Amino acid sequence: MNNPQLNKHGELQHLLTTEGLPVAILRGILDRANSFMNIATGSEIKKVPLLHGKSIFNIFFENSTRTRTTFEIAAKRLSADVVNLSIGSSSASKGETLLDTVDNLCAMHADMFVVRHAQSGAAHLIAQHVAPEIHVINAGDGRHAHPTQALLDMFTIRHYKREFHNLRVAIVGDILHSRVARSQIHALTTLGVPEVRVIAPKTLLPACVEQLGVQVYHDMHQGLRDVDVVMMLRLQNERMQGAALPSAQEYFKYYGLTQEKLAQAKADAIVMHPGPMNRGVEIDSSVADGTHSVILPQVTFGIAVRMAVMSTLAGAG
Amino acid sequence: MKNIHIKNGCLIDPKNHIDGHHDVFIMAGKIAGVGNTPAGFVAQEVIDATGLIVAPGLIDLAARLREPGYEYKATLESEMEAAIAGGVTTLICPPDTDPPLDEPGLVEMLKHRARELNQARVYPLGALTYGLQGAELTEMAELTDAGCIAFSQADAPLTDTRVLMRAMQYAATFGFSVWLRPQDSFLARHGVAHDGEVATRLGLPAVPVCAETIALSTMLHLARETGVRLHICRISSAEGVAMIRAAKQQGLPLSCDVSINHIHLSERDIGFFDANCHLVPPLRSVRDRDALRAALQDGTIDCICSNHSPVDDDAKQLPFAEAEAGATGLELLLPLSLKWAEQGKLGLADALARVTQHPARILGLNVGHLSPGAVADVCIFDAEHYWKVEATALKSQGKNTPFIGMELKGRVRHTLVDGKVVYCG
Repeated sequence: MNNPQLNKHGELQHLLTTEGLPVAILRGILDRANSFMNIATGSEIKKVPLLHGKSIFNIFFENSTRTRTTFEIAAKRLSADVVNLSIGSSSASKGETLLDTVDNLCAMHADMFVVRHAQSGAAHLIAQHVAPEIHVINAGDGRHAHPTQALLDMFTIRHYKREFHNLRVAIVGDILHSRVARSQIHALTTLGVPEVRVIAPKTLLPACVEQLGVQVYHDMHQGLRDVDVVMMLRLQNERMQGAALPSAQEYFKYYGLTQEKLAQAKADAIVMHPGPMNRGVEIDSSVADGTHSVILPQVTFGIAVRMAVMSTLAGAG
Repeated sequence: MKNIHIKNGCLIDPKNHIDGHHDVFIMAGKIAGVGNTPAGFVAQEVIDATGLIVAPGLIDLAARLREPGYEYKATLESEMEAAIAGGVTTLICPPDTDPPLDEPGLVEMLKHRARELNQARVYPLGALTYGLQGAELTEMAELTDAGCIAFSQADAPLTDTRVLMRAMQYAATFGFSVWLRPQDSFLARHGVAHDGEVATRLGLPAVPVCAETIALSTMLHLARETGVRLHICRISSAEGVAMIRAAKQQGLPLSCDVSINHIHLSERDIGFFDANCHLVPPLRSVRDRDALRAALQDGTIDCICSNHSPVDDDAKQLPFAEAEAGATGLELLLPLSLKWAEQGKLGLADALARVTQHPARILGLNVGHLSPGAVADVCIFDAEHYWKVEATALKSQGKNTPFIGMELKGRVRHTLVDGKVVYCG
């Protein structure tokens, strides 16, 4: 099967998922992000003209302020013209289909789409549909993938841990519904992390999850033992309604990251979270704001990584 | 009505154990003779079937014609064209039309419309409950008089087990068959793919195998209790197959079908969210598919059906879970049945039995064979001809199938219904 993310020269045409992404492309994006760090942090140069004259459309069918904003900042620092469309859930009621919306935006000469959608596979559908000179970045599709989040997580890990081949990483929380977790798992295994663990109650784990190359833990103390990186996931409130969990309190007691549980991890372990956090549900404030936390640097790195992704795509084809 | 002489063909009639070169003679819409020219027979039309297979017309146990109510997806005209182009001369349509087939008037109208077209024979399944709501029984006897051949919930849930038991008891009173697709609606809620590796990877809401086996277990218990003749539709899992095998061994009057999609495809064919593989039930694992193929061979599964469900293009051009489930199939029933047999090193007769003799037995209809005196429903096909499945070439208004772009072997050349040539290809 052709990899729908690559063009016929094997270059990145779209960024849809971290699954099946060649390691050279993955590392290339991280290296490029590193070179953007000064611009991203805004300390010296504020802007580069790499995407000057290009139109980037942020189309968000699902609400998100944070992700959309970081994409917008990244695009602007690359001198692109940015158009934000928050379509929300109202578009379907107006009768316009996803592809109709995309066709309309293509007619406005978009060069790149950044897409978030509640349905898994939405970004793939758009990528298959658009003309070959248009690039699609998946900013989150249903439970499937959130590749730029995973890439910024990899950037963060490399920033603090230098290498991947000697790490033990634990992902904690709602793996079943998490596009972030899926993208993290594929990125970590591709980059050569020898041990990726997932820690969750059985109601929050998908079937055959071990086939993604992870080890499954239900006990957080055991799962965190000697890990280098702890990647927390956000717990959606609606999980309490769907009989997935009895209460936020019980979840916090057994799966919330506290100082006491974190003590199982290595002394220099880092704690990550894709945000927005539920303090007191999946993470204790003392950990979120503590010395192991790299949650705010993640956000800063996110801009550099998204700049790297956009400029890599614009350089292809 | 013409006297027709089908000459030089290879006749395969599974029910009569015929597999060899025999001419077929048709008079007054019926088979007048096989092999030897009947006395006084003068041919008015000769079909040269040299190099072709002459078989009974195919019987498809599940073909949605989308009328009434969904004419934008397909019409009786378009789908009957597809049927005869696929060599299908008898088809059973599920009751999930809009409105559902729960009133004798609707059934009579559908039968009438189908008869007017004078192509394949259409036998509707009546709704087991009003509006397929799973609450009140339909007038099954009246519906039978109107032309329903059995009763079904199609894909609509029937969660109230008391209603299900009553429906079976009532059907058993009159000797009517009940056709059910086993799926627990709670476990299957929002699910669009098999609960396995692929759904996990793609982040698709999943339907676990136990959704099938739990519902199947309920159905088998109630069938035993009520003595109803139960037909299990579209079995999809290895565990489900094992339960049916055991129930049959215990002597339960049970039959079962599987779709052409499920004997050839698995969850892996979803690839990168191919909405053509959004099917009901979901495509399951390779292990399940292999178990279905084996069960079809050992007789646990009686028949292959197309589960023909034409869907309009707009309804497929959506993210996987939002795309409407279903695939066109009437024109693929023959080649995909032949493919199953060939891959299993079985003969043409083995494939044909599962789309002629066995479904006729389940329906209790005197079709699906070419004995002298039988209605002359005939499918004449080239078993060696390869053709590519292309949307534009399909007669069905539904252009979506996972087999689009694939080369398949087996092309229908002539279809006869009631001794009349209705299709030439």
